[in-house]
Amino acid sequence: MEILVCAKRVPDTSENEIQLNGAGNDIERDDVVYSVNEPDNYAVEEALRIVDRTGGNVTVVTVGGDEDEEILRREMAMGAHQAALISDEAFEGSDGRGIATILKAFVQKGKYDLILTGVQADDAGAQVGGMLAAMLDYPFASLVNAIDVENGGLKISREIEGGSKEISAIDLPCVLSIQTGINEPRYVGMRGIRQVASREIPTFDASTLGLDGGQVGEDAAKVKRTDYFVPVAGKGAEMLEGSREEIIDRLVAMMRAKGGLN
Amino acid sequence: MPRTFTYIVHKAGLADESAGELLAAARKIGPAQTPVALVVGYGADLDAVCESLRGTFSEIWKLSNESLAYPNAELVRQALVRVLPQGSILLVPHNHFGVDLSPGLSVKLNAAYVSDVLDIERVAGNSLTLVRQEFGGQVSTHVQCDITSGAVLNIRPGAIATHGSVQASASGVIVDQSAKVGPLTAKRRYLETLIPEAGDVDITRHAVLVSVGRGIQEKDNVSIAEDLANALGGAVSCSRPVVDAKWLEKSRQVGSSGQTVRPKVYLACGISGSFQHLAGIKGNPFMVAINKNPKAPIFRVADVGIVDDVLEFLPELTERVLEETSVAAGRSRE
Repeated sequence: MEILVCAKRVPDTSENEIQLNGAGNDIERDDVVYSVNEPDNYAVEEALRIVDRTGGNVTVVTVGGDEDEEILRREMAMGAHQAALISDEAFEGSDGRGIATILKAFVQKGKYDLILTGVQADDAGAQVGGMLAAMLDYPFASLVNAIDVENGGLKISREIEGGSKEISAIDLPCVLSIQTGINEPRYVGMRGIRQVASREIPTFDASTLGLDGGQVGEDAAKVKRTDYFVPVAGKGAEMLEGSREEIIDRLVAMMRAKGGLN
Repeated sequence: MPRTFTYIVHKAGLADESAGELLAAARKIGPAQTPVALVVGYGADLDAVCESLRGTFSEIWKLSNESLAYPNAELVRQALVRVLPQGSILLVPHNHFGVDLSPGLSVKLNAAYVSDVLDIERVAGNSLTLVRQEFGGQVSTHVQCDITSGAVLNIRPGAIATHGSVQASASGVIVDQSAKVGPLTAKRRYLETLIPEAGDVDITRHAVLVSVGRGIQEKDNVSIAEDLANALGGAVSCSRPVVDAKWLEKSRQVGSSGQTVRPKVYLACGISGSFQHLAGIKGNPFMVAINKNPKAPIFRVADVGIVDDVLEFLPELTERVLEETSVAAGRSRE
């Protein structure tokens, strides 16, 4: 099976506190640690497990700039057979629809049986996979937490409310957004990254993909983020301060009053 | 102003509580217009839902089709594309169904799409100003959405207050639009729903929950929370990353894709506080949040917050609780 995984490089929320910049038009990006969007690792792992069973290749693609190559190398170190970087100034400011349009053009240059995305990026809206599928007229399923290959198609499970699983059959080719926890992504060490350091990553730009500014980039975007701000606090917690001992004194008294300590 | 439609999620003949929230959201977009409830399904359940909405919506569009008895997003999408007028605004709850339906639907309608909307702040001409969050709720953003060719907006459950949105005297008209739906075919076919098996511990039955998140860092550290839970006579629950990492069973997960709990006291230990997690905590418990990150969204909803490393804080708290309870036990023996 030929599998394409769409991945994204994002500020890593497990490594950073996300704060506003001075102008309020972006988050503070200096000294921020970036990583591959966590759900995308699960998607790559799942793709690798499928080709282990069925044969075939895993290709990882991202839309971005030169700095995004590092996540493509990371996913190649996991075992992805090849990678592609889609990069052009004309793509800047694209909304989700624009990114899906760019990916559609890329998909049509190749031949893929299955396209996977992570369930959601921390800085976006869980939208590109579903849009891409609709543009390609492929079936789509979100929140997928199990995949079996059978009868020339797939049997999939979606995570729905209360821990229940919705089981469906889906035809190939299709697009699936992969929920975290579907597998345990393999560890990637520095050695693995070094081994793929010199592998060539082809770049695709607007002209190779046959795209123009009317379809992608800022001018085509119907949805634009205009600023960032600190969320309204709501009632907000009473913050306990002082030494750890003092804090525990107060907390124990509060918990006793609330019935959490007998 | 284009017409606003609200997608009514329903189950077993009952409308989901998101219906009222979507109505409130629709009123923010067009205070002067009457939003339409869109109800998709089949049979007696569908009729019951339509009937139940007559008190809140003045117009209800019924889309009945045997193949829509189960809401397969691919089939629902085909039906909506045939029925919705050009340029409509459609509001959908941002749940597992909305995430499945809306992005593709927006493409087929050639409409704008915004996911996980928390609020509708302004309407100016063909532009909506919407509020979203990024990075697990650490920052908020304003988003401009061009609605010239319509829009599909997924609204976060629980984000928009329903206060005052219910029309007490409305006697809504049910308009049967089923004839426009026509035959439907899907490349994705629903087979069955599997209900999770019960776990070793039923976290829904405990008054005290010590709930751990990513901040617990590794599987071996879960015992720190177990010790505190034992001292308090409670149980250990967790947030999604802990289950994803296989440190605890799925049955311990609190949240929209896990269990809904109603404890008296909820200790959120190293949990950032995503809305999916908070959606599983009901009954307004006394909530204590312990997190290293002072900006963690959990501090906006907790009653009491402590900025500290759970790996250091919890053992000291456990020790103190054990002292307190042994003193209490000593007193009761006297």
